[in-house]
Amino acid sequence: MLAKKVKLRILYLAIFLVTILIIIFFILKSLENNVVYFFSPTDIYNKPIISTNEKIRVGGLVKEGSFKKKGKNVVFIITDLKNDVIVSFAGLVPNLFAEGKGVVAEGKLKDKKYFIADKILAKHDENYMPPEVSKALEEVK
Amino acid sequence: MFKNFLPNKILSINNKLINNLASLMIVILLIGFVYAIFISPPDYIQGDAVRIMYVHVPSSFISLGCFALIGVASILNLIFKIKYMPLVAKSLAPIGAVFTFTSIVTGSLWGKPTWGIWWVWDARLTSMVILFCFYISYIATWKFITNYDKAIKISTIIAILGLFNLPVIKYSVDWWNTLHQPSSITLTSAPTIHYTMLLPLLVMLLGLAVFSLVIFLMKYKSELIKFKISSKKNRK
Repeated sequence: MLAKKVKLRILYLAIFLVTILIIIFFILKSLENNVVYFFSPTDIYNKPIISTNEKIRVGGLVKEGSFKKKGKNVVFIITDLKNDVIVSFAGLVPNLFAEGKGVVAEGKLKDKKYFIADKILAKHDENYMPPEVSKALEEVK
Repeated sequence: MFKNFLPNKILSINNKLINNLASLMIVILLIGFVYAIFISPPDYIQGDAVRIMYVHVPSSFISLGCFALIGVASILNLIFKIKYMPLVAKSLAPIGAVFTFTSIVTGSLWGKPTWGIWWVWDARLTSMVILFCFYISYIATWKFITNYDKAIKISTIIAILGLFNLPVIKYSVDWWNTLHQPSSITLTSAPTIHYTMLLPLLVMLLGLAVFSLVIFLMKYKSELIKFKISSKKNRK
């Protein structure tokens, strides 16, 4: 059906594509630690060695009822529902920051459970709805 | 289907069709604009900032779609040596580049009120910048390499390499931790956008897609005319 030349070109292209695919897979695999934007509390818990000088980011949900103001500082707990990290931060939190919502904190670890942030970013999820619908949903709960 | 892209067919498409498509586009975009800005409700957390989505998401879709088509057209030319495919790919590039730029800028404007920061180098945002670089180098190839056959070869390589970036962009939010939220509209599950916000999004997507089609037809037609003139000159 296809000319021999065309078949050869398809084969050549297929081999080329698969090779590049494998290369890219391994590059991304080896860069994984740099590609992730933040670590979850479980990632930090599982790390054999932690550095207290290196700037890292921790992300997860703000634990319900954990947000406290202490003078200038705010303290809250980032959780991934398995492990927790306590975060302290001096400054203003973004508008969308709320308990039960996503958050990413940038700063340094003091130890595996305690994190001093110098920047707080709010992470929102992929759910969009009007306020009335969310109210109705909460009433059902 | 391919027959409709044959040079003589495209050249015989009169400007009336393009004009009709353009007026259709204006109507759809006007409806989409009014729907997105005035009728659709604000989001339960983000408030009115969510309205940026109605430009951001369609732009991203179209920028990815354009590059996918460029890749397909380049591969078709590579394997089957279809003469007009490079011109199809060449005509798609500026559209995709503009929409990638729009997507990045609107995303940045959306990031400030929601995340609290204009820009972060997470996987999704970085891979989008890489896509933009691919577009720029693709367009530059056609601009600066005057030998037509050479330009086809180099641009094909750029297009095929750029194809690998597309699944990385699409799945970056699932594969790695990113600040960017995961997709709301997926093929496998129900959209996580309430229908009152999904509808204006789809209208805007349709409007911008028709806009892209209009620009593509105009660009493709002029590229074909240029190609015919230059090949006539070469024959003399």
